Amino acid sequence: MRLAETRNIVIVGASSGIGESLARKLARPDRCIALVARRMDKLDIIASEINAKHSSEVALPFFCDVTDHAGIPKLVDRIASQMGGIDAIIYASGVMSRIEPTEYSTGDDIEMIQVNVAGAVAWLNAVSKRFQIANKGIVVGISSVAADRGRRGNPVYGATKAFFDTYLEGLRNRLERFGCMVITVKPGPIDTPMTQGLGRLPLMISSDEAALQIISAIERGQRVVYVPAKWKPIMTVIRLVPSAIFKRLNI
Amino acid sequence: MDNNKSTLPDGRLGRLEGWGMVANGVAHVFRPTTPEGITEAFHAAASSGKTVGLRGAGRSYGDASLNNEGIVLDLTRMNRILNWDPTDGLIDVEPGVSVRQLWQYIIEDGWWPPVVSGTMFPTIGGCAAMNIHGKNNFKAGPIGDHIVEFELLTPAFEVLVCNRDNNAEIFFAAIGGAGLLGIFTRIRLQMKRIYSGYLDVEPIAVANFDELFDVFDDRVSMSDYLVGWVDCFAKGPRAGRGLVHRANYLDKDEDSEPERSLRVESQELSDLIFGVVPKSVMWRFMKPFVNDFGMKVVNEVRCMSAARTPGGHTHRQTHAEFAFLLDYIPGWKNAYKPNGLIQYQSFVPAASAKHVFQTQLELTHRYGLVPYLGVFKRHRSDNFLLSHGVDGYSFALDFAFQPNLRAEFLSLTAEMNRVVLDCNGKFYLAKDSTLHSSVYQQSLGLSAVEKFRSLKQRCDPENILQTNIYRRLFAE
Repeated sequence: MRLAETRNIVIVGASSGIGESLARKLARPDRCIALVARRMDKLDIIASEINAKHSSEVALPFFCDVTDHAGIPKLVDRIASQMGGIDAIIYASGVMSRIEPTEYSTGDDIEMIQVNVAGAVAWLNAVSKRFQIANKGIVVGISSVAADRGRRGNPVYGATKAFFDTYLEGLRNRLERFGCMVITVKPGPIDTPMTQGLGRLPLMISSDEAALQIISAIERGQRVVYVPAKWKPIMTVIRLVPSAIFKRLNI
Repeated sequence: MDNNKSTLPDGRLGRLEGWGMVANGVAHVFRPTTPEGITEAFHAAASSGKTVGLRGAGRSYGDASLNNEGIVLDLTRMNRILNWDPTDGLIDVEPGVSVRQLWQYIIEDGWWPPVVSGTMFPTIGGCAAMNIHGKNNFKAGPIGDHIVEFELLTPAFEVLVCNRDNNAEIFFAAIGGAGLLGIFTRIRLQMKRIYSGYLDVEPIAVANFDELFDVFDDRVSMSDYLVGWVDCFAKGPRAGRGLVHRANYLDKDEDSEPERSLRVESQELSDLIFGVVPKSVMWRFMKPFVNDFGMKVVNEVRCMSAARTPGGHTHRQTHAEFAFLLDYIPGWKNAYKPNGLIQYQSFVPAASAKHVFQTQLELTHRYGLVPYLGVFKRHRSDNFLLSHGVDGYSFALDFAFQPNLRAEFLSLTAEMNRVVLDCNGKFYLAKDSTLHSSVYQQSLGLSAVEKFRSLKQRCDPENILQTNIYRRLFAE
């Protein structure tokens, strides 16, 4: 099943950023898109805008606090029942706490682990199980270029994304023999609420542009998608920098 | 679904597909052997807020036996023959009894099911729910015409005994009602007396639609079975060319050894081709031909070899060989993997049938989506509420599905549907996967739809019985 053929899509973290942009770009009158997030006020507005644009009930908002791991299987079941199955899931929830280069904030770090790691596992496990039974389905995880090196700026954020990368790789190796597809998306800095106030970051693009690039890369059959694509050669080089040198760099 | 309903455990989650493999999905599958098992599934539905879809052998081509993310009640294990009377030919069966089980059980007593499908694997419950027809529809009507009585278990756990006098409205609605009113727990059918295990079969080659219709019109009054195969690649003056088979029962004494020919072993389809190649591997040899070029060649070769049979010559074939042509190559549909096939069948009154089918074939050529197989049959109308019967003809077209051309398929079939609807034609739930609810409901007539809804309200007030096709076609 190609992305273009999917009818029922779940987007977790659809109230802002890349998740919201993907929801808007993937919306089509013959599709049903479950928008999942904690902030229902925002979701309701996004859903009604999408539905007005396509003059049909494409988007359905669902409340979920992804740190409530126990409630997720039930919500997956409810969404699947309402849509008549799930063809693709995009996990776009993610938080990045702002910390100083010398600061240690365990509370913030645990929250990042809860959302970026535990929430992702709870959602994607529940949906992957269905995909494995159905012998079809597309899993898209929004990771980050930050996964590729442990940076001094935010050790735990990078670590959560490295976990997510490895988890998605494992899911890919497990699910692709059941006819499913698993895609790791690794954006660089994107102009979203996450990066607001951080100034002009290198190679920054809008989340709408990022969404278009993600969709087109998935259509081309890529499994690991750097966004924008320039990050791929850059990160290849950065990954090759020896640790002894990397720790002295201002990256 | 309600928030305070419980979630069903995942243990019964399974993948189900329609026979054409295009429609598929995940559901909680219950496979009961007893009415208590059925009750358990309905309790699970009530506690989880899910709906229940009924499924037999899953031989409907589209989404009629699917209930994605709901509960599916697979009735194939309720397959006991409850009573058989070889003197009057009345048989009582559970819904999961297959056509194969049925004919093998009765043939040695000199009986044959009056109506069978082109494959012997559907269940009788499924056949009744779809009100199937055979190659003898013009003469024998649909299977419902041979159902004497049934017991219907409703989602409210009421058992209704239905026949033409008692609960007659439900009788005529549940047969052909796609399993949406209740579960047939016992079906009583009248079998047909036969005097030989053989049929006299006459193949007749036809060069185009005119000849096809002429041969059917000539033969219809003196045939027991009639079926036409059409090469859909042929265009212009050759459109409609193909091969007609007519078959007739043998009278008493026409078979000198009926005891021998009526044995199951004499009927059985051979497992080997040319006595050496196992048929179970045949679909692998078909696979390279399942594309436009290959099927063009196959159709051409069949037409050339058929051209040597101008009619008039008969040969004998067993009932099973003639009736279950689709079982000749087991697993033939695998040749359509991985994308599957879509069958499109429409039923058109006699006066406009030629025009409609010609137009449909032209449309398929214009879209470049040519069916690999066309099957042509004669029909008659019947009294069932959701009937697909017409006094006319049907044309069934097998398309290899291409997922990247889904939109083109839908637009092609929408155009084909329009032509059918304009001529008061009908559609068949066992085959359909492309209809829109408005087209289907118009074809039935709005009063029939309303009546069906009110009977559903009466049998299933909470609307528990649902399937994908129900949500697609019976939407308000």
